[in-house]
Amino acid sequence: MRSLLLVRYGEIALKGKNRRFFINRLQENIVAGLRDIKDCRLMQLDGRLFVEVGPADVLKCREKLSKIFGIVSVSPVVVAQNSLESIREAALTAFREKARPGLRFKVETKRVDKRFPLTSPEVSSSIGAWLLQNLPGLAVDVHSPEQLLEIEIREKEAYVFTEKLPGPGGLPVGVSSKALLLISGGIDSPVAGWMAMKRGVTLEALHFHSFPFTGERSLEKVFDLCRLLADWGGSIRLHIAHFTKIQQEILAKTPEKLLVTLLRRMMFRVANHLAERTGALALVTGENLGQVASQTLESLRAIEQVAALPVLRPLIGFDKEEIIALARRIQTYPVSIRPFEDCCTIFVPPHPETRPGLAAVAAAEAPLDVEGLVSSCLETIETHILSR
Amino acid sequence: MKKHVYLDNSATTRVVPEAMAAMREVLEKTYGNPSSPHRLGLEAERVLHASRRALAAACGAREEEIIFTSGGTEANNLALKGASLRNVRRGRHLVTTKVEHASVLQVCRALEKQGFTVTFLDVNAGGLVEPEQVAEALRPDTVLVSVMHVNNEVGAIQPVEEIGRLIKAKNSGIIFHVDAVQSLGKLQVHPAGWHADLVSFSAHKIHGPKGAGALYCRAGLELEPLLHGGSQEKALRPGTENVSGIAGFAAALRLCTERREETLAYLAGLRQRLLSGIQAQIQGTACNGPDTAAPNIASVTFSDVKGEVLMHALDERGIFVSTGAACHSRRPEPSHVLLAMGVPEKAIASTLRFSLSAENTAEEIDYTLEQLVEVVADLRRMKRR
Repeated sequence: MRSLLLVRYGEIALKGKNRRFFINRLQENIVAGLRDIKDCRLMQLDGRLFVEVGPADVLKCREKLSKIFGIVSVSPVVVAQNSLESIREAALTAFREKARPGLRFKVETKRVDKRFPLTSPEVSSSIGAWLLQNLPGLAVDVHSPEQLLEIEIREKEAYVFTEKLPGPGGLPVGVSSKALLLISGGIDSPVAGWMAMKRGVTLEALHFHSFPFTGERSLEKVFDLCRLLADWGGSIRLHIAHFTKIQQEILAKTPEKLLVTLLRRMMFRVANHLAERTGALALVTGENLGQVASQTLESLRAIEQVAALPVLRPLIGFDKEEIIALARRIQTYPVSIRPFEDCCTIFVPPHPETRPGLAAVAAAEAPLDVEGLVSSCLETIETHILSR
Repeated sequence: MKKHVYLDNSATTRVVPEAMAAMREVLEKTYGNPSSPHRLGLEAERVLHASRRALAAACGAREEEIIFTSGGTEANNLALKGASLRNVRRGRHLVTTKVEHASVLQVCRALEKQGFTVTFLDVNAGGLVEPEQVAEALRPDTVLVSVMHVNNEVGAIQPVEEIGRLIKAKNSGIIFHVDAVQSLGKLQVHPAGWHADLVSFSAHKIHGPKGAGALYCRAGLELEPLLHGGSQEKALRPGTENVSGIAGFAAALRLCTERREETLAYLAGLRQRLLSGIQAQIQGTACNGPDTAAPNIASVTFSDVKGEVLMHALDERGIFVSTGAACHSRRPEPSHVLLAMGVPEKAIASTLRFSLSAENTAEEIDYTLEQLVEVVADLRRMKRR
């Protein structure tokens, strides 16, 4: 039998005039997300979104839907006509496989169509009684049920369901313009990128490669991380910039303890230009407050001074454990902890300056040909499009 | 054309056309199951038989003493677990060295968990174990001794013949295993001369395919199989034989056995060219290993340069080598072999292994030297003040 999955979206329903735009985007994302599943169809019935899918692909379909931002929950539903008889049959169908002797259950009804002849409590008690009659051994428990049977009566049809699978929430990717993620290969930046996507951002990513200090495998790691992110956002454009020359210049001409600050300022400058080129309106980083020595407010200020765009730092208030938990949930963690050095760990001096002053940073940067370095770094950029 | 210089032949080798042809023949034509009674099965069995004969001939063994496996790791596992578990009534003590391959060391660790005691022998600065050390470590309950022939990281050649002689003189019942994965086809391999009961081999280190290997098991010695199933390989290695892989193995082996003597001299010349070039042109280098190492392996420390970074830089110039330290975590994990030889951790992190094959040329060595000189100088300049 074919399954019907009711797809609920949350806050996008609230967005006034933009509602249409948001829902269209969500629909496009669902269609794109399910394109590998041949036997399925997205439908709009009675103002709600449904995915109809053949029996072989139900699980795969659920899995895909669980990664589409904007979806709050998904329920496999049985559709009934707006009559008590039809709802009874549907309830029996929906509940049959859950039923077992002793199961304590409750029926909850929501009546959108107030013209329906019975009130919600009346429908609930009528269906409850019907189930008790037809499925022996059940027990009603309205206070702490083990199993809910929910009925939603709308204008044209009624839906009966027993499950609500949580979606990722957030906003459909694509509704919030574009941002550029600075991705390292570590644990934090992919999570930051995921959080930006969750707010509807179309993500591009920029990685700084320091060959020969980092090798092919560390690049492969970044590719894999972007592929995982693409699973949530359709596809990711990954830009690889060769950073070794800048690192060498900074190593040769500036005080060691400002190394990290200066490197990051250069990264931001490269990112500014790339963002302009690609139409990104913000930068996203995995920076956090106080997690490592270079992530003090002084340090963030010194780095952000050169940013030409807003810098989004979705992880700013997270503890490391929280970031790791999220990284595990979105499956980037095992890739991030693969043992290849990335550009952030390789040159870290033993005693980095934790509170760089702006004047000191400017003085340290003076011997560098900042513009020349940035433009030659921009020339090295190679772009790859990664998709799930 | 971009240069391509492969100097990582101890990791694996390119399959030679002769092996490829033998494999192709099997995959396309002789694809029967050697256990099938029909003609196609018989033909496959003949291929298997001819391959077994080739390997037996190469190491002076009898055909029934060769058990084909999936490679060196399986051969080592079958040797150590198979012999130890079969002989628990005689004791639960094993002797090996600290510089063995992981597929010996980790099997020993696993056996320790099953109640075995293992003596891990130290090696000297050249990576060598003294035969007397082995003899002294033997106990009445010693079941097995495992010593590799050629070390894969530094090329140290263990005195397996003398070790075997001392073991058997003390107690002929003690089983002697030699991991000859790195020496087959290069040095002379003769289990009987070593007094060895078990010897491990692998195909892909000698220009054969990955996924094929063998264990020499002296006639009369009984092993406990790792896998249970059909009666292939005397029921010691059940499962339909990897006929194509084995045919490729035999073809590769025939080739390097024919040319062994000349290859030996040729490789020694290349190695010398590389080492003396490095010594003459790059300051602050040291060769790890004994004076008389295998002719195909050279382990060199380049002080003040990170091995991994040097490897990446050579990679970009089309030269493929391996590092002395595997980066298993944020902090690289130093090679257990170099550690056992007393090389300081800092030097280990600056070590590269060059491993040669007969396919390498003097021009390739010269190109490598030229690039090394340039890259090492660059990287040292870049080093933090």
